[in-house]
Amino acid sequence: MSFAPPHEKLWGKRLAAGLVIVYALVSIIPLIWIFLTGFKSPQDSISYPPKMVFSPTMEGYVNVFTTRTRQTPEYMETLPPPETWYDELVRSRSMVIAGPSKFGQRFLNSIIIGFGSTFLSVFLGTLAAYAFSRFKIPLKDDLMFFILSTRMMPPIAVAIPIFLMYRELGLADTHLGMILLYTAVNISLAVWLLKGFIDEIPREYEEAAMIDGYSRFQSFCKVVLPQATTGIAATAIFCLIFSWNEYAFALLLTSGTAQTAPPFIPTIIGEGGLDWPAVAAGATLFLVPIVFFTIMLRKHLLRGITFGAVRK
Amino acid sequence: MSRPSILQKIVTSAAIATPAPVVRQVRGLSDRAIAWLFVTPTILLLLAINIFPLIWTIQLSFTNYKANRAARGEKFIGLRNYERVLGDADIWITLQTTAHFLIWTMLLQVLLGFGLAWLLNKQFKGHSFWTTLILLPMMLSPAVVGNFWRFLYQPQIGLFNYIIAFFTGADPSSFQMLGDVNLAPWSIVIVDTWMWTPYIMLICLAGLRSIPDYIYEAAEVDRASKWRQFWSITVPMVLPFLMLAVLFRAIENFKMFDLVVELTNGGPGSVTELASINLKREAFEKWRTGYSSAFAIILFVTVFGVANIYVKALNAVKQR
Repeated sequence: MSFAPPHEKLWGKRLAAGLVIVYALVSIIPLIWIFLTGFKSPQDSISYPPKMVFSPTMEGYVNVFTTRTRQTPEYMETLPPPETWYDELVRSRSMVIAGPSKFGQRFLNSIIIGFGSTFLSVFLGTLAAYAFSRFKIPLKDDLMFFILSTRMMPPIAVAIPIFLMYRELGLADTHLGMILLYTAVNISLAVWLLKGFIDEIPREYEEAAMIDGYSRFQSFCKVVLPQATTGIAATAIFCLIFSWNEYAFALLLTSGTAQTAPPFIPTIIGEGGLDWPAVAAGATLFLVPIVFFTIMLRKHLLRGITFGAVRK
Repeated sequence: MSRPSILQKIVTSAAIATPAPVVRQVRGLSDRAIAWLFVTPTILLLLAINIFPLIWTIQLSFTNYKANRAARGEKFIGLRNYERVLGDADIWITLQTTAHFLIWTMLLQVLLGFGLAWLLNKQFKGHSFWTTLILLPMMLSPAVVGNFWRFLYQPQIGLFNYIIAFFTGADPSSFQMLGDVNLAPWSIVIVDTWMWTPYIMLICLAGLRSIPDYIYEAAEVDRASKWRQFWSITVPMVLPFLMLAVLFRAIENFKMFDLVVELTNGGPGSVTELASINLKREAFEKWRTGYSSAFAIILFVTVFGVANIYVKALNAVKQR
């Protein structure tokens, strides 16, 4: 490699950079299109040819959060002047806001279920990972493999009995039911990832603490946990992203109270067909947090997606 | 104010009276106890929400139970569901569709992913920024993004059709990616490849970075050509990583559900009906609980079996 003439190497690098940048830009187009469509008016969103330049409007965002009814001009004239900018925007389409849509509530469900299951899976996962990392446990490898193999099941295969079980237990369409379910799915990832992180913390630290009179439990809390903070945070973000994106269980097991945003967003419908700007606005709000998390996770991404099998 | 002091006295005297090992046990549990205390909750949760339902699925697969007619009860019918599933021509078509989907997505993703990783490994200026940008699609919700791709695929107004038409000169409304029986399978392959190529790329990149420079230097000294170096050093050393990536992706794509439900929902007709989508239809639309349980078990056993054989092959490659 280092024997190649310098100019040849430089051109090779430039060509590589060019090709990678072209791929990156092309692959990012759909995401940019989601973002742009959120700020288009319904007319602009379905124009031909597709509009790259348009006057931005907040209509999509207003529509995704509200339900509206169309009114006659006579009725509109009897109304007092609009109080807020979004009232004004809706009235310019000769409609009035009838009330909030379900989007806010679905989004809140995603947050509650996402954070609830993340907390639970990281809590249980840390304990189990510590035990697997430090103690002799009979059939340890088999247990670890068992935990991983639960991930191979197609969600639909267990969805039928979970549906029946939840119906019996009254957990169907509840936050608690979904939190438990997502925790069970995430825990395999949490245990495998965290075991990798805890394996990397030298045992000597705890042993030194225990010689100083700490109990095993104390040294776990005061020595191991602080050392594992980065690993725990990275694992938590992975669990959160999974719960946030999960669709199959949410579609099959929830319908109202505990429905999360992914099955809801595609059902946003405007007058006369899908309201694409509203769908795009909802999607943008839903995807932006994950974009931030991905950037934060950059260094640990590889580990996370391979269950800790590849660590770089 | 004498009460607390009395209480304190009792506690202190009790503490003094207690022999040291007991104090130790109260303050710190034995390692063995901690090990079980830490592992048990996880195992119990998995038993309750993964294993118990799986066993229930097995049990249901031997009955004619219908979940929407629970009052009718269930009757043991032996292996008849399995016979029906394996004798059903639609199931075989579904499996064939799934196989085609798997082969094409894996092939495209391996080629593109490895290619990108190889280019990125040249470590040009700003490569980490572009890597992060390329990784974005795979982190996003497949259902939400899949749904939006339906908009991109619209014949007249969709951006995808517009761009293809722009470069080929065809009329953008002359082809329907989602409505045409010949194009619909490609529409899901394209979106899946767009979404998951970064996954293969990231793992290949790790493989490429694991190759120490001195191996190439030694090859240079031996005057091995670049071509030769690529096939005798780069490829064999990345292969275990690539195989691992393909394993993870293949398992996921065999279960593929969210993206395709939102994109085509198996249509038009049933040309994009993958195994999971067929399963959803049988289980939650036709409510043939027993039948779909049998199909679910067959799928699970297939994934599990193939994955195990594959892992053996992977270990053989690693050991070479």
